[in-house]
Amino acid sequence: MGRLSARILAATLLVAIVFVAAPGRAGPHGVLEQALVDLLSDSGDKAEEIAGKLADLADPNALPALEALCDERLRKGPDGTLYIEGQDRQTITYAVTGEKATPSADALGKVEMSNALRRAVLPVLAQLRLGSPDRQVRLAAAEELAKRGSNAVAPLLRNAHDHEKDAGVRKALALALAQLDLYSENRERRLQALGVLGELGGAEMESELVRLTSRGDDGRPLEADEQVRTAAAATLRAIEDRARVVGILRDVTHGISLASVLLFAALGLAVTFGLMGVINMAHGEMLMVGAYVTYSVEVFFDQRLPSFSHWYLAAAIPIAFAVTTLLGILLERLVIRHLYGRQLETLLATWGISLMLMQSVRLLYGAQNVAVSNPPWLSGGVELAHGWVLTYNRLAVVAFVVVVATAVWSVLRYTTLGIKVRAVAQNRAMAACLGVPTARLDAWVFGLGSGVAGLGGVALSQLGNVGPELGQTYIIDAFMVVVLGGVGKLAGTVSAAVGLGIINKLVEPFAGAVLGKIAILLLIIVFIQRRPEGLFASKGRVEA
Amino acid sequence: MDLAALRERVRALGGSGRSIALGALAFGILVVVPVLNVLPSVDSSLHVPDYLIPLLGKFLCYAILALALDLVWGFTGILSLGHGLFFALGGYAMGMHLMRTMSGEGVYRSDLPDFMVFLDWKKLPWYWLGFDSFPFALAMAILVPGALALSFGFFAFRSRLRGVYLSIVTQALTYAAMLLFFQNATGFGGNNGLTDFKRILGYSLRASSTKLGLYVATAVTLIGTYFLCRYVTSSKLGRVLTAIRDAELKIRFCGYQTTHYKLFAWTVSAILAGLAGALYVPQVGIINPSEMQPSSSIEIAIWVAVGGRGTLVGPILGAFLVNGGKSWLTSSFPSAWLYALGVLFVVVTLYLPQGLVGIGEALSARWRMRKSA
Repeated sequence: MGRLSARILAATLLVAIVFVAAPGRAGPHGVLEQALVDLLSDSGDKAEEIAGKLADLADPNALPALEALCDERLRKGPDGTLYIEGQDRQTITYAVTGEKATPSADALGKVEMSNALRRAVLPVLAQLRLGSPDRQVRLAAAEELAKRGSNAVAPLLRNAHDHEKDAGVRKALALALAQLDLYSENRERRLQALGVLGELGGAEMESELVRLTSRGDDGRPLEADEQVRTAAAATLRAIEDRARVVGILRDVTHGISLASVLLFAALGLAVTFGLMGVINMAHGEMLMVGAYVTYSVEVFFDQRLPSFSHWYLAAAIPIAFAVTTLLGILLERLVIRHLYGRQLETLLATWGISLMLMQSVRLLYGAQNVAVSNPPWLSGGVELAHGWVLTYNRLAVVAFVVVVATAVWSVLRYTTLGIKVRAVAQNRAMAACLGVPTARLDAWVFGLGSGVAGLGGVALSQLGNVGPELGQTYIIDAFMVVVLGGVGKLAGTVSAAVGLGIINKLVEPFAGAVLGKIAILLLIIVFIQRRPEGLFASKGRVEA
Repeated sequence: MDLAALRERVRALGGSGRSIALGALAFGILVVVPVLNVLPSVDSSLHVPDYLIPLLGKFLCYAILALALDLVWGFTGILSLGHGLFFALGGYAMGMHLMRTMSGEGVYRSDLPDFMVFLDWKKLPWYWLGFDSFPFALAMAILVPGALALSFGFFAFRSRLRGVYLSIVTQALTYAAMLLFFQNATGFGGNNGLTDFKRILGYSLRASSTKLGLYVATAVTLIGTYFLCRYVTSSKLGRVLTAIRDAELKIRFCGYQTTHYKLFAWTVSAILAGLAGALYVPQVGIINPSEMQPSSSIEIAIWVAVGGRGTLVGPILGAFLVNGGKSWLTSSFPSAWLYALGVLFVVVTLYLPQGLVGIGEALSARWRMRKSA
């Protein structure tokens, strides 16, 4: 019913355009507008044909109208004139000429967008965008054509490829062209296309190539040309080989990224648990608090200092460190101080603290996750190979953890505070006799460990959503890292974090994330059998 | 007959004040509550309403669980953060039995449990075989947690994993198991778990008589558990366990194989936890992986700590008080419960190391001193 009435309406509009409105917009634009109107009035079966006509026109003026159509911003006036509603939903322009128009948005009807129409329009849009001066637009267009292009666009692609100067876009164009040429009439062209695919193609081409090399139900090869068959097999092998290597590299980089997160969670723990022997189940909540501080700082910058909002992270780092350090010192002074030497009780009490911290955050910020956005200078990434992308935020977290770990290590290694901490770790009574203020030191060290966790929270906020349970996700893994790394040695913690992170990600593709976790847990238990003191045994105090 | 003579007579019966209190408690749980549920008319103020019976039954299960943890923590000094796992395993064994007894009655009228039909499984996985039989399921509810505890304990204690390290590893184990059970492919109903049970041993689970029967069975089990724990802890073996708690190295140097003693207590404890889980599931009507959350396991420790660890009454008392408080707070002040729990953790560890039983003992000692002075 709706479709029929749409047709009648369109037909009426057509008549209206030709006989009533035409005088004002005749000439070259008239053809374009005609094609557009045809396209919109079609019920779907001839959409491709009409879209093809639009493509043949190759009129850049059609681009805004088609884009608007895809974004559902195309509007139709009562007389059938097409208008575009601007991104801001305020300005109205003529679809074809791009001139400003006056009718109010309310008077204009929507243009219905069917899936058939969208399918027909997208390649045309891509084709028009190939001429765009913007590199990103051209790249997206080339990728779109690789997915949905038809043989008709091949010459156009070839032309665009020969004139393209940007290497990335050239590559994308070559890939799109090769995919079309794969089914060309010309054998040479097909073989050449297979060569290109072997060099540049990714996993998404595999099913196509498998089809070219396999046999049908009747036992005959699906592809008649033997030369093409062998070439396709070679291409398939090349793609698979490359995918395997890239896969491993990708897993390793993911592993390093996971390791950086684990290290952030474990670094503070290595100080408080490893050096002082104080188990803090609320350590994960320090990460969480750090992440929420980052969120608050971001909100504050957005509201009060919008011109600096890209730099909120720079402010969040010291603030998060200060807040969590203070929280840690408070925790030590109020609770943990009374429980030294009673580790199991410390575990329970700090668990209680973690419950309270989580509940407080839930009441303050709500139980839902909040999203902390990456500043622009941390968004995006660099694609090292097909399917292997290093995102800037993960790179930044790795760099940040390296800096923080080095800083913690230097503090422990070179400062007076560090010397005293190590002295207390080795022999508390003796250190106290030599005048080390052990009680005050405990508070400082606990604050330092918590502050490092707060920094970890800042880092975590850049990688994913922030929720009240954020700390719980990491605390168990972090303890595993410290246990595996051995107590009291930062080097052990670092290597355990890196090892666990990479093994985790390498095991995942085979066993799945959960079985991988279980396997690693068993591995740790077995490992502890062999070396109860961890990877790097401390020569210092190991309480009997 | 004056009071002194009465006391004399009770003492002659072999009971101190404490065992009289205990006897009264057992009598109350086992006899008074069921009788008050059945006999008085519904609007009588003495009547125990039907909805309370499964709730109290749940608390009894928690009390068994608390006793189990007390055996390893209060008496042997091993703080397990993995008892939720043993509890859930026992619960799953019972849940699997209950699922099997209602085959053909699910939404899909299939022989398989609904969730398997949903996953398009054609055949019962091998580890579900045998659960049609109640004795088998009950045996599994005991054997599976027991075997897991035995093998885990063997490796953990052998490598001298102690104190907080052991606690953390048990927590990690439970966490890993939770992730495993959350997966649909594991074959235990994924995150929905097993639920919608219809009947146990032919009796409808909706009937109040079945609920009362389960309650009484749980009460009997709790009393049995109490006596078992009392027998274990007051035996020579129990003395060794306490010695391990207080000074493991010394007792090892005296020539005791501490590993074996710990392994024994650990396995018995896991079996008791499994039993509690098996009794819990038919009364609550659901078992899902959230029972294995690290937080649930650590909560058991606070029941024990509130009541008083190293005593046998304490855990029972603590389980009732904390869970009663939880039921009340989560319904009247939902956001306050986690604060209350957190405060409880801190206050009990800081100020009440001996729990409520410790307070009671201190008060009665002071009272006795004042009297003798």
